[in-house]
Amino acid sequence: MSSNAIPRTGAPVKSTGLHKGEIAPGVAKVDPIIVAHGVTRTFGGLKAVDVDHVEIPRNAITALIGPNGAGKTTFFNLLTGFDKPNTGTWSFNGRSLSGVPAYKVARLGLVRTFQLTKALGLLTVLENMKLGASGQKGENFFLSLIPGLWRGQEEAFEARALDLLARFKLDAKSEDYAASLSGGQRKLLEMARALMSEPTLVMLDEPMAGVNPALTQSLLEHILDLKTQGMTVLFVEHDMQMVMHIADWVIVMAEGRVVAEGPPSTVMKDPAVIDAYLGAHIDVDLGVVTGRVKGETDPGITAEEITAEGIAEEEALEENKGKKEANK
Amino acid sequence: MDWGQILSNTVVWLISPESIAYGLAALGLAVHFGYTGLLNFGQAGFMAIGAYSYAISILSFGLPWWVGILIGIVASTVFAFILGIPTLRLRADYLAIVTIAAAEIVRLLFTTQVFDEFTNSADGLGNYHQGFRDANPIPEGTYGFGPFTFNENGWWVRIFGIALLVIAALIVWLIMRSPWGRVLKGIREDEDAVRALGKNVFSYKMQSLVIGGAFGALGGVVLALPSAVVPSVYVTSLTFFLYTILLLGGAATVFGPIVGSIVFWVIMAFLSNVLPALVNVGALPFMNTIQASTLRFILVGAALMLIVIFRPQGIFGNKKELTFVK
Amino acid sequence: MSDTTTTAAPLVVEVKDLTAGYLPGVNILNSCSLTAAKGELIGIIGPNGAGKSTLLKAIFGQVKIRGGHIMLNGDEITGLAANKLVAKGVGFVPQNNNVFPSLSIEENLQMGLYQNPKIYAERLEFVTGIFAELGKRLKQRAGSLSGGERQMVAMSRALMMDPAVLLLDEPSAGLSPVRQDEAFIRVSEINQAGVTTIMVEQNARRCLQICDRGYVLDQGRDAYEGPGRDLLNDPKVISLYLGTLGEDAA
Repeated sequence: MSSNAIPRTGAPVKSTGLHKGEIAPGVAKVDPIIVAHGVTRTFGGLKAVDVDHVEIPRNAITALIGPNGAGKTTFFNLLTGFDKPNTGTWSFNGRSLSGVPAYKVARLGLVRTFQLTKALGLLTVLENMKLGASGQKGENFFLSLIPGLWRGQEEAFEARALDLLARFKLDAKSEDYAASLSGGQRKLLEMARALMSEPTLVMLDEPMAGVNPALTQSLLEHILDLKTQGMTVLFVEHDMQMVMHIADWVIVMAEGRVVAEGPPSTVMKDPAVIDAYLGAHIDVDLGVVTGRVKGETDPGITAEEITAEGIAEEEALEENKGKKEANK
Repeated sequence: MDWGQILSNTVVWLISPESIAYGLAALGLAVHFGYTGLLNFGQAGFMAIGAYSYAISILSFGLPWWVGILIGIVASTVFAFILGIPTLRLRADYLAIVTIAAAEIVRLLFTTQVFDEFTNSADGLGNYHQGFRDANPIPEGTYGFGPFTFNENGWWVRIFGIALLVIAALIVWLIMRSPWGRVLKGIREDEDAVRALGKNVFSYKMQSLVIGGAFGALGGVVLALPSAVVPSVYVTSLTFFLYTILLLGGAATVFGPIVGSIVFWVIMAFLSNVLPALVNVGALPFMNTIQASTLRFILVGAALMLIVIFRPQGIFGNKKELTFVK
Repeated sequence: MSDTTTTAAPLVVEVKDLTAGYLPGVNILNSCSLTAAKGELIGIIGPNGAGKSTLLKAIFGQVKIRGGHIMLNGDEITGLAANKLVAKGVGFVPQNNNVFPSLSIEENLQMGLYQNPKIYAERLEFVTGIFAELGKRLKQRAGSLSGGERQMVAMSRALMMDPAVLLLDEPSAGLSPVRQDEAFIRVSEINQAGVTTIMVEQNARRCLQICDRGYVLDQGRDAYEGPGRDLLNDPKVISLYLGTLGEDAA
């Protein structure tokens, strides 16, 4: 995850003009592929996701960023049918996905990868890839009994699989069990496998996490490649420089809500975003405030004051919750 | 100790109807557990349904014997749906508990007096063999050599049973090498990953349950062919014997369940001959012959535990493909 | 508790060349090393997937260790089960699911102490000394608390055993900016009360501001190490982890 991983072979062409109107959280998009509204998910009293409105632009690379615990993966799970929201509606290509099971969502052209990679270790790399293909007649029980009916398709899929594997530099490993691949290679496999069904929208959950710097470079280029081929990409990432480099649009989540969105350069300067990642009093050095380090200047705030702020914020939230309950 | 007698009593089990029947049922369990990861602990229930469907179709409805077999398969499919719809969404351990209960319910339904008219309750059913025997192409007589000497009906049951077993094995071999089988293997390891690739996981698990259950039903039929259908046979320990056979041979293989069944029955026969003989020559002074014969069941239980702990892939299995071993 | 004591104080935790992972064949930690001296506040930062949480979990016996050693106060604790580690004095505060929601705050604290219930009264005093609010709400059900409050309870519960070292897994995760700062102040207060603390953090700047020494993990290895202040001002670390937000370009 070093900055040297960013390819220097020409800067990617960014898509612009994706939004309609003033940039703010929930701004409408010229050509949205996903529109989500009022989506909430609560786990045992804690609101993990609370998205008022968000639209994902088509044929662009959108990054979903935010500190750990912001609800990004939960939001992914809700959009793709792996989890049921408490409230909310969302649509893909104009078609509502509420209540649509995960496998149907995938068939509609919305594929996703997982934060903890789900490369099927007990199958070979090639078998993993062939499993990713859609429309294989041999996956029907009765047709599977007559090899002649699906051999042709199997060979075609195998050719496509090897082609994709070559692009991801995994072709040499095609006959190996996926369990023998390194963590980074498994991520690449999961991504290649997701592409077998020629999806419309690819959602990648932290594709770079734990990947060797040498591989991150090619991964970035693959993601850029997807856009060139007409697909839309939504990915969760933490490496800001990577996000700056390839994202056309950035959506920032914190504490389950969308706190900012816009082109990378704008978003990175947004105070709400900076606070979400770095803490509230950005100019204050907590080392000085806590008395651990001698500071040259007075930090202007004490530990008690910061703590009091936290308590006050908590009480305000309680009041708001109480009001909401009363108004129901 | 008459070793000649012991051995001849033992080897005959190499091709006994029991070996064939258990082989079929274990093959069904291989589809359920070995290939799909479904913890079905009610395979005895499927066998009971197959056997009773066969006997009742002939005795109560006067249908031909081969129609009885087809009805057995249909009934087991219906049972699989009833079982699967509420339970296949459950975690594996819950599925195990529910399937044990379901099989017991089936057995008790066959035992109860309420359906006595059809099932003859606890006494079971017999005298349904005429149709099957009439279809026997082998002329009357006794054939074979040494311990493998049977009359024409004895050979007909065995040949028919082996034919069913071969067809079943062929089907399993074909489907597991196909894209359909590949989806199952994926489900076995990680259902969410397979869902994310657009496959209807619930439907595949149901199909697996139906197919494995059908093989179980055929096993019940083969078990019933030469003798009788008695409800007390289809108890939970029957399913555990099937698991012993399956794990012994190799859970996710085609030959495993078949070879496992043969080995199981041969060893059981051997022990049931040897242990009482040992008592008679005074080698086991602390028990009598009846106890010695029962001892083999204890040994089977111990063997099952040892296999699971020390060689979970069995004879033919591939350790790299096991999902239940970390 | 700052830079001068690090060389003099005895080592509480020593991790040597640790290799560990969850799935067979895949190592998350690759020969990772770390030390924590008595009274130190150690920060561990790095990108996601670098192995920060895994390192903490390895010290707490929740990950299979495939190579290397972990020592606690000179005793070898590599591979010990978590319950034994608690008895030996390792306190762990996980990121999620860190309280029993159906129990009250008081009961949660008692759960932290079940191996040694006799010291309950004095430990309760110690903990409410740091977290005054808790003392006022002991009977409240933990499930009704907010994320930040639960974390306070979780930290307190770990402190009830008077641990030799306190392990914190991303204490600021999921918190609002204001409560993040509050959390860091709390961690500092716990450490200033004498508890040796190791914390994994995502908010690298805040973490380095308050820690005595920091480790930067990358690809399962300790890539950089040094006093918190030095790392905070190190151009390499800045360009990699600190300079991407808030400043205009690294």
